[in-house]
Amino acid sequence: MQFMLLFSRQGKLRLQKWYVPLSDKEKKKITRELVQTVLARKPKMCSFLEWRDLKIVYKRYASLYFCCAIEDQDNELITLEIIHRYVELLDKYFGSVCELDIIFNFEKAYFILDEFLLGGEAQETSKKNVLKAIEQADLLQENQSEDWGGLAAEEVL
Amino acid sequence: MALKMVKGSIDRIFDKNLQDLVRGVRSHREDEAKYISSCIDEIKQELKQDNIAVKANAVCKLTYLQMLGYDISWAAFNIVEVMSSSKFTYKRIGYLAASQCFHDGTDVIMLTTNQIRKDLSSPNQYDTGVALTGLSCFVTPDLARDLANDIMTLMSHTKPYIRKKAVLIMYKVFLKYPESLRPAFPRLKEKLDDPDPGVQSAAVNVICELARRNPRNYLSLAPLFFKLMTSSTNNWVLIKIIKLFGALTPLEPRLGKKLIEPLTNLIHSTSAMSLLYECVNTVIAVLISLSSGMPNHSASIQVLYTHTHRLFLKYLGLLAMSKILKTHPKSVQSHKDLVLQCLDDKDESIRLRALDLLYGMVSKKNLMEIVKKLMVHVDKAEGTTYRDELLTKIIDICSQSNYQYITNFEWYISILVELTRLEGTRHGHLIASQMLDVAVRVKAIRGFAVVQMATLLDNTTLLAGSGQHKSICEVLYAAAWICGEFSEHLEDPVHTLEAMLRPKVATLPGHIQAIYIQNAAKLFAAVLNGQQGTPDCQTMQESSQLLIDRLPLFVQSADLEVQERASCILQLVKFIQKLQHKEVEVGEEVTALFAGELNPVAPKAQKKVPVPDGLDLDAWINEPPSESESEDEKPVAVFAEEELRHARPHHTEVDEKELARRREARKQEQANNPFYIKASPTSQKDSTGVEHIPVVQIDLSVPLKVPGMSTSDKYLKLEEERRQRERKERGKKEKKKKKKREKRSGMGRRHDSGPESEEDIAPAHMVDIVTEEMPENALSSDDDEKDPNDPYRALDVDLDKPLADSEKLPVRAHRPTNILKSPADDGEVQEVPKEPKKKSKKEKRDKEEERKVRLLWLRCPNGEIQCTCTKSSKHKKKKQKKDKEKEEKKRKKQHGHSGDREGEESVQNGTLEEEPLPVCDIQGNLQNGSQVVVSIIFENKSTSFLKSMEFNVLDSLNSKLQRPEGSGPHDGLTVPFQLPPGVSNEARFIFSVQSIVMPQRLKGTLTFIVKADDSSTHEKLDFKLHFTCSSYLITTPCYSDTFAKLLESADLKGTSVRLQEVSLPFHHLLAKICFHHHFSVVERIDSCASLYSRSIQGHHVCLLVKYAHQTVTIDAKCDESSLLGNVLEEIKKTFSQS
Repeated sequence: MQFMLLFSRQGKLRLQKWYVPLSDKEKKKITRELVQTVLARKPKMCSFLEWRDLKIVYKRYASLYFCCAIEDQDNELITLEIIHRYVELLDKYFGSVCELDIIFNFEKAYFILDEFLLGGEAQETSKKNVLKAIEQADLLQENQSEDWGGLAAEEVL
Repeated sequence: MALKMVKGSIDRIFDKNLQDLVRGVRSHREDEAKYISSCIDEIKQELKQDNIAVKANAVCKLTYLQMLGYDISWAAFNIVEVMSSSKFTYKRIGYLAASQCFHDGTDVIMLTTNQIRKDLSSPNQYDTGVALTGLSCFVTPDLARDLANDIMTLMSHTKPYIRKKAVLIMYKVFLKYPESLRPAFPRLKEKLDDPDPGVQSAAVNVICELARRNPRNYLSLAPLFFKLMTSSTNNWVLIKIIKLFGALTPLEPRLGKKLIEPLTNLIHSTSAMSLLYECVNTVIAVLISLSSGMPNHSASIQVLYTHTHRLFLKYLGLLAMSKILKTHPKSVQSHKDLVLQCLDDKDESIRLRALDLLYGMVSKKNLMEIVKKLMVHVDKAEGTTYRDELLTKIIDICSQSNYQYITNFEWYISILVELTRLEGTRHGHLIASQMLDVAVRVKAIRGFAVVQMATLLDNTTLLAGSGQHKSICEVLYAAAWICGEFSEHLEDPVHTLEAMLRPKVATLPGHIQAIYIQNAAKLFAAVLNGQQGTPDCQTMQESSQLLIDRLPLFVQSADLEVQERASCILQLVKFIQKLQHKEVEVGEEVTALFAGELNPVAPKAQKKVPVPDGLDLDAWINEPPSESESEDEKPVAVFAEEELRHARPHHTEVDEKELARRREARKQEQANNPFYIKASPTSQKDSTGVEHIPVVQIDLSVPLKVPGMSTSDKYLKLEEERRQRERKERGKKEKKKKKKREKRSGMGRRHDSGPESEEDIAPAHMVDIVTEEMPENALSSDDDEKDPNDPYRALDVDLDKPLADSEKLPVRAHRPTNILKSPADDGEVQEVPKEPKKKSKKEKRDKEEERKVRLLWLRCPNGEIQCTCTKSSKHKKKKQKKDKEKEEKKRKKQHGHSGDREGEESVQNGTLEEEPLPVCDIQGNLQNGSQVVVSIIFENKSTSFLKSMEFNVLDSLNSKLQRPEGSGPHDGLTVPFQLPPGVSNEARFIFSVQSIVMPQRLKGTLTFIVKADDSSTHEKLDFKLHFTCSSYLITTPCYSDTFAKLLESADLKGTSVRLQEVSLPFHHLLAKICFHHHFSVVERIDSCASLYSRSIQGHHVCLLVKYAHQTVTIDAKCDESSLLGNVLEEIKKTFSQS
């Protein structure tokens, strides 16, 4: 996978993860172009499209579009599954996730994604393991915060 | 200290945290930029504090802003600070920020190396994890190089959590620092067996990704992955492995065979679409690499297709089908309906895919139906791009393989006409060229086409549309030309003539106008011709008048071509009108202007025009002009030279001044020329002039006379009826034949979807495609397809063809053995020689080795030559075996060739059993009078590998082995191949021969290395090559009168020979002589026949063979008596052997 974008129906970017090093300018350009393309597609249309030399796989969950770019040889269906798996993870973690959860806890969304994918490849296919890793890391963080004083904990939450 | 800390945290309460920022951004929708710039100022302040918590908070906010599209690269150093915090909470934020905004160009990355290394070795696995995650996003070549070793150590970490991440990140490291791959790979491979499934799948992931780019290097892992594939239940892993196999199979087809079964099982058992899809993809790859069809794949497509209800699968299914279509078109055809359904899809990408597929799916049977569907889509298509795509596809589909699938051209023409109604299409020229092509090449359709084209011309919509949509009026170009060229089919030429000369025509592009005018003239000629002889000459005069009235408009055209043609024809018509007034009949003369039929020319025609004798295309026609030659000195130049001079240096000689002068002159001239339309004002006037002319606008809502949908439907229906009728008729006949048919259909040839099979549909009878024209006396024999270099052709020769009439005769005999042959019949024999020329050129060297005498075949440009090759076999160890082989070879020899006897003399000088045993059928080609090409087949009958074979022959005065330039006269030639056990191969050598009147015997040796498991030994084989005189003869046909003349001439010297006790039937005897000695029968009467042959150096050899009471008398004549003597001697030997 080359990158993953989450954006709202209004075209606002909610999350971006790039697995290829690109300059900010290039990233912005790609994002703008893709958001436009995907939003222009009608709901009944196919979830895959060919774009430049990549394949774009996207799926809409509620008001959020999850959009991944994969290479020609990659499997579109497993990419859809990755998207779905990620949504499930968010759902489990936040408890019926909504767009606002991701907006306000965007760093958590990133942490979950990082536990799930690494360098564009799925690193952990077990949901349980991903969540366990996240919870433990969070616990570590909270403990440290508590050591340091309740204020920090409040902030992080 | 404590106080400071407390102070810091109190300050922070008043800072904005991330949530505040997000809320703030959301509430300042109107002036977001302004709000954010104020936030950034705050953040800058926060970053200046030394409280790490504040900094981390600031960095966290920056990360959010970065996502909104704001540049935060200025804070890179602060991010590094936060990354190096000892607290996981901040470290996490720091790494996140870094992974979001660092890239190869970020210079602070160099500062992070040590920090990252420290984190990697942290006792806390989450510190390590966070560092690895971050690194995966911003690893640079430098980082990769410095940290590769640390990461490699982590691959063996005690915690699977770390191992997994370390394995995955290795892929990124490999990409940035390829040198690390080799040292790290063994450990990576170990991870395939890791007890933790997560680590295992990570390793599979990385290796699959690596292998996908360079599959060749990973072939050796195939068995390991195969095991994993059959044992793993994790779909994610399976998909990766199967994808890997998809990349490997093209390199190793055997793997493909092995894969088919487990893959098919998976396809049938899995419920995961993604896995199914991956399996299908790999199965397709396997099928392609296997090239031989497997029955299973259609089942797998079917499986995929049963799930098309999920939309995206349609797309993938179509994708997969297009891959299959390339190799197995038949299996896809049955899904036609599904594909057609996809044309209705809302998604354009699906429709385009489906269109691509349809192209490969059409057949005679379904073409009309498919095109009808497509036409419906054309009508309702929204975007022009898609409509144009449809249009081109329709034309592509119909015209593919030379209109192979079109059974009714009337239908096709009407489709084309319907397509002209498309507004704004860019493909007018495409439709036009199709119309022209069909009308010219399908003679039978011309009548129909002309009528259709006349309606097109008559209809003004195309003209009206010409303004905006330039392209579609190209169709009129075709229409006008067809109407003019085939005007004899027009119902009302006068009317069409009128239509072609409407003032509105002047708005068309110039090249179309030019065609209009030219063809108006043709039509005029047709009208004149048609009216000839009728008492009423009013029509003729009217049409002349019409032309005279309308043409002046075109004479004023801005387009040079139009202008020229118009004025030319105008003058012509004026002249004709004058003649008409004098009541002179001019029809025929005018028609003669356009006489002669235009035929299509084959694409290769130009190439095939034979170069006339004595014409050297490379030679200068005249001496190239020498530079020094000055123009003035040559007042009287030869015409051609003059031209040459004009053609070349002319331009350069014109200087600026001269140019200006000329320009001036030209302007002057233009100003005075009434026909030249000056700059814009005039030309505008001109066009307004056109516009005054009242043009009746046709209301588009009224159905036009242009054939619409209904017409092509009509033809569709007609065609169906015709087929039905034919089917019925066939049905009647078929009842009788039914039995036979059943047998045929039992072979699986039947198409499941219809009662009617493809080949049953006969094209409508009136359609025949005119064959394309070839230049006269095009070289008839140059077969474009045959590859003259095919090395196997030579081996092909009938070795196993059953012997028809005489088991003693070798299979190669082309000649019927029992009939008198007219020389013409020998044609097929003659064909052979043509390609040897090239062969001999191509191949030079060879070696050979043999244990026995074998026969050599030589082929020469005009016939065949045999020669025998005696090879000495060497045996020491395995006498028995050798004896057996000897027998075998003997059999072969007898099988066809004289001179086998030689074999018996073979010297036994002993060699190892494992030496190669070349099969001694040798083919040779004679290139010219002094060259013989010997082809030798080497066969390794041993169980060892043979290599470094070198072939050498001891040259005689008369015959020499041709060696590459620069090598000495005694050097051997290297055989350009090696021989694994049981393999045979063929090599050729060229010998130059001076005199052909004597048979030749050449001694030679073959040296080679026998490679056994542990050792290799040098071996040597001696052999003899025997060139008989017969081998210098070329089978040449000869007519009896030529033959008689030859015999009469005094040049030939005669001799005769008598063979006793020949028990063969006479025709066998003749066949034998023909076969072995390359004669052809000139004439045969009862038991008497005359035979003829020619040597490669042009000697005639004539034989008169008489047969009576088991005695054969051969009277022979030849202009070279020693050659004749030897040939007769060889003939004698042939018969004494048998």
